[in-house]
Amino acid sequence: MPQSTAAEVPLIALDGVGKWYGAYHALKNISLRVRKGEKIVLCGPSGSGKSTLIRCINHLEDIQEGKITVEGTTLTDSGHAIDAVRREVGMVFQSFNLFPHKTIMENCTLAPMRVKGLSKPESEEIARKYLARVRILDQADKYPAQLSGGQQQRAAIARALCMEPKAMLFDEPTSALDPEMVKEVLDTMIGLARDGMTMICVTHEMGFARQVADRVVFMASGEVIEEGPPETFFQAPRHERTRAFLGEILAHH
Amino acid sequence: MASIGPNELFFLAQGLKWTLALTLIGFVGGGIFGLIVALARTAESAALRRVTTGYIAVFQGTPLLMQLFVVYYGVALIGLNIDAWLAVAIAFTLHASAFLGEIWRGGIQAVPKGQTEAAKALGLHYVSTMKDVVLPQAFKISLPATIGFLVQLIKGTSLAAIVGFVELSRAGQIVSNQTFRPLTVFAIVGLAYFLICWPLSLWGARTERRLQTATR
Ligand SMILES: Nc1ncnc2c1ncn2[C@@H]1O[C@H](COP(=O)(O)OP(=O)(O)OP(=O)(O)O)[C@@H](O)[C@H]1O
Ligand SMILES: [Mg+2]
Repeated sequence: MPQSTAAEVPLIALDGVGKWYGAYHALKNISLRVRKGEKIVLCGPSGSGKSTLIRCINHLEDIQEGKITVEGTTLTDSGHAIDAVRREVGMVFQSFNLFPHKTIMENCTLAPMRVKGLSKPESEEIARKYLARVRILDQADKYPAQLSGGQQQRAAIARALCMEPKAMLFDEPTSALDPEMVKEVLDTMIGLARDGMTMICVTHEMGFARQVADRVVFMASGEVIEEGPPETFFQAPRHERTRAFLGEILAHH
Repeated sequence: MASIGPNELFFLAQGLKWTLALTLIGFVGGGIFGLIVALARTAESAALRRVTTGYIAVFQGTPLLMQLFVVYYGVALIGLNIDAWLAVAIAFTLHASAFLGEIWRGGIQAVPKGQTEAAKALGLHYVSTMKDVVLPQAFKISLPATIGFLVQLIKGTSLAAIVGFVELSRAGQIVSNQTFRPLTVFAIVGLAYFLICWPLSLWGARTERRLQTATR
């Protein structure tokens, strides 16, 4: 894949990031560069710090060491920097976190109206566009509880897209789903990847990683152990821990 | 021995009117300040949390009667000559704000953390996160307890009689002294309280049941 020089400027950059929960060292000296349009799959055993890492990127967690820069804005404790970063980065959670007292349409229009100050008709038009894209436009007037898990997660993806972010963070978006619904969500994510969205996905769906990822990053005990393009990562993992992890994951699938 | 005629009933109705007015003031004033208390109680600032925790402890830990006395005679003591009305309204507002604040604090904390995180991730600020996302869910969770407190408050207004306020209970006492028919009079007074409180209690029980089936 040819890269222009402009594309070499990372959209998201982590430099020597360190994170502690009290005395517990959750992230150790993490450095990661994500170019515009790049798709990263983040994997690793439970408790290795994958969620923590992506939650630091939009400042749902703060860091004690190092630096995180998104689209030229370095995250500090200033509300201004946090706002700027959250405007560029959307997030999708394992448990969807749709607002249960609002319809799917209202879930989608809330942030465009409150954050961007768009009018209701404007935000509804945007919402319809993205709800159609995740193929649940016909469910717009329902409440989240009336939708299947797969539909809810697609609604959550649409809600994040309505803010027209430059990058999307996914934290195990399919782990809470019944097996028959995993595919519809993965297909939505693959579509998003095809359209050039910059994505960081925490997932154990190795088929998705093979198909979509530019790079797979493997974490264990708060460190990046190894990273590489999916072909080399899956065929020739260099580290013992990676091999052990892959053995386990592939045995389960 | 006098009988209970239209005049007496009218007098009781006047008392009832004050009971309802006091309840309304306590509930509205307490609701507004209670919301502030609940937000401060769940704020990020530890100082705010400590102050409101103390406030709630004081008002939950002392009898409403004493709170009425303190406000009523307290403001007189510091040289302010305020209307009985105002003193009672202040006392009920303080009392209700502590209780409602604590009830709603529980409701706010019962809203899953993922809701706030999703709101933050979308870029929503505190005001919108609270107003659009957290509070609507918190109020729904707190509705049964809120109604329960409202019922307590209605009955609690009878204590205002102590500082010379003629609400329903005090009106009953006066009429009973005039007519020497305490049983009849207090049966009427009791029935009036019951007819207001019972439907509220039923409503509270029903919303509670509905919440339970909804979360199942
Ligand atoms: N709020 C918190 N307070 C204290 N410790 C935490 C907190 N959140 C996470 N941790 C700890 O930090 C470590 C990394 O957690 P994290 O959730 O990032 O792991 P993960 O790789 O996402 O795991 P999983 O695959 O189970 O989701 C874990 O040991 C976890 O117990
Ligand atoms: Mg996780």
